[in-house]
Amino acid sequence: MKDIAAKRRVQEWRGSEIIGFWLLRFSLILVLIILGLIILDIVIKGAGVINWEFITTAPRSGMTEGGIFPALVGTIYVTLITIAFAVPLGVAAAIYLNEYAVQGRFTRLIRMSLRNLAGVPSIVFGLFGMAVFVKMFGFGPSLIAAGFTLGLLTLPVTVTAAEEALVTVPRAYRAGAFALGATRWQVVRSVVLPRAIPGILTGTILGLARAAGETAPILATGAAFFLPFLPDSVKSQFMALPYHLFIMSTQHHNLAVVRPIAYGTALVLVALVCMLNLVAVLLRKRYRDRVEKGL
Amino acid sequence: MQIFNMGISNASRIEKDVVLQSKALIDESDSANCEVRVENLNFYYGSKQALFDVSIEIKEKGVAALIGPSGCGKSTFLRVLNRMNDLISGTRMEGRVIIHNQDIYSPGVDVVELRKKIGMVFQQPNPFPKSIYDNIAYGPRIHGVKNRRQLDQVVEESLRGGALWDEVKDRLHEPALALSGGQQQRLCIARALAVQPRILLMDEPTSAVDPIATQRIEDLIRDLCQNYTIIIVTHNMQQAARISDYTGFFLQGEMVEWAKTSKIFTKPEDQRTEDYITGRFG
Repeated sequence: MKDIAAKRRVQEWRGSEIIGFWLLRFSLILVLIILGLIILDIVIKGAGVINWEFITTAPRSGMTEGGIFPALVGTIYVTLITIAFAVPLGVAAAIYLNEYAVQGRFTRLIRMSLRNLAGVPSIVFGLFGMAVFVKMFGFGPSLIAAGFTLGLLTLPVTVTAAEEALVTVPRAYRAGAFALGATRWQVVRSVVLPRAIPGILTGTILGLARAAGETAPILATGAAFFLPFLPDSVKSQFMALPYHLFIMSTQHHNLAVVRPIAYGTALVLVALVCMLNLVAVLLRKRYRDRVEKGL
Repeated sequence: MQIFNMGISNASRIEKDVVLQSKALIDESDSANCEVRVENLNFYYGSKQALFDVSIEIKEKGVAALIGPSGCGKSTFLRVLNRMNDLISGTRMEGRVIIHNQDIYSPGVDVVELRKKIGMVFQQPNPFPKSIYDNIAYGPRIHGVKNRRQLDQVVEESLRGGALWDEVKDRLHEPALALSGGQQQRLCIARALAVQPRILLMDEPTSAVDPIATQRIEDLIRDLCQNYTIIIVTHNMQQAARISDYTGFFLQGEMVEWAKTSKIFTKPEDQRTEDYITGRFG
């Protein structure tokens, strides 16, 4: 009797195990299908317009012909400014939080603020950027105002990713260095950072990829509807892929005609973001190999 | 010169006072070659007291072993000596720790200089994820040595000092993490030697390595104690008996007994010491 009861329990357990397993598997498949459909749709409708000319020329004839070159360049420029602003600041903040600050109420407050910052809608960042960078600092609508705004947007991601990377560096390394008489900065620079850089890079790039595709924060801070020339300084306005896509899909006077261009733009934007993610993956792999070798 | 002499006579006067106070504690105390002196040390993690009124005088050169069951405070005591506990927030101490006639907890003490003078080897071998060479050169480099030839020399000397040179001399630029556990621990000892300390603190240095590696490290410790003062925390009473000259027995944050190793292991004065070393608890 006892045996049978035990056997049944095992069977029941197996049954729920199998159902649970398939539920999980189905959720994953669903996610993959959705992602696949989005990409497939964009590729099918956008690939037709992609060619060298589309990538390297400016829009023509009231944006119904030509390419997306200024938007592509603008997005690259603004992303570079975002990097220059957000990465040093974010990494420095993470180093302070994890290596210097005494853990307590103050650091909890900072971390809580960061989490909340991450939850602020991007349009709010856009408005803030307009008020602070465009007006108060007097940058005007410009690459630098938009880059800084995007930088603020990615800051929570950068800080959190960098801090996570710092936390994973074994305490024993720090102790070893301190015991040799290293100062805190020497410990950070020569032992902790080399080990944490892969994680920092990966997290940061993923944050940037997100920022590169944002529209709302740059709307009010420097992105232009159409510019016949490329930005020539950080104070210039610029065209950007996400904003261009927004225009081409909702604002243009002849939406039906420019629909293929919109899909082409979307494809380029997605490809750009995927490339950034790919770079993150490759970097992580390269550094992980190095760590496994112990150098 | 006169000031210098005065300093010495002052110091020795203080020493005499302390010797008088702690005569009951130490047999054959000789103040002339005292390296580490701890007076009435209380130590707290937050509100929890980890060490109770510990006083001890450790002589120059030789091996001092600290034994006791887990959580008895022996590692905490060790970390008091190079101020590694400073890195843990919420810790607090009372009492005095005098190393080379200087109270290491007085304001104005340079912790960097202190830790340079007092090397430390940890329980788990913790070489940096760098090459063997860069591990040894790490200490000298952070203290400003840049000259390549000088570094080469320090690396060789330290590795010889750590009894590792012959095994690694042909692969100095290979990762230190590729070494065996025992070799890694000797590397860590060599790394500590590279900054020319006078005292070496070892926190259960053989608990993570195999018996053969343990023996090599014990031999190394016996060699090193000709030139360095070694203070070793160990879980292993036989190890303390084998390698130390003096032994201190810690129990629940108190130092129960501190005497010559031969005495501790043959005729301890305190009943608790006897119970511990005869294996009645711990």
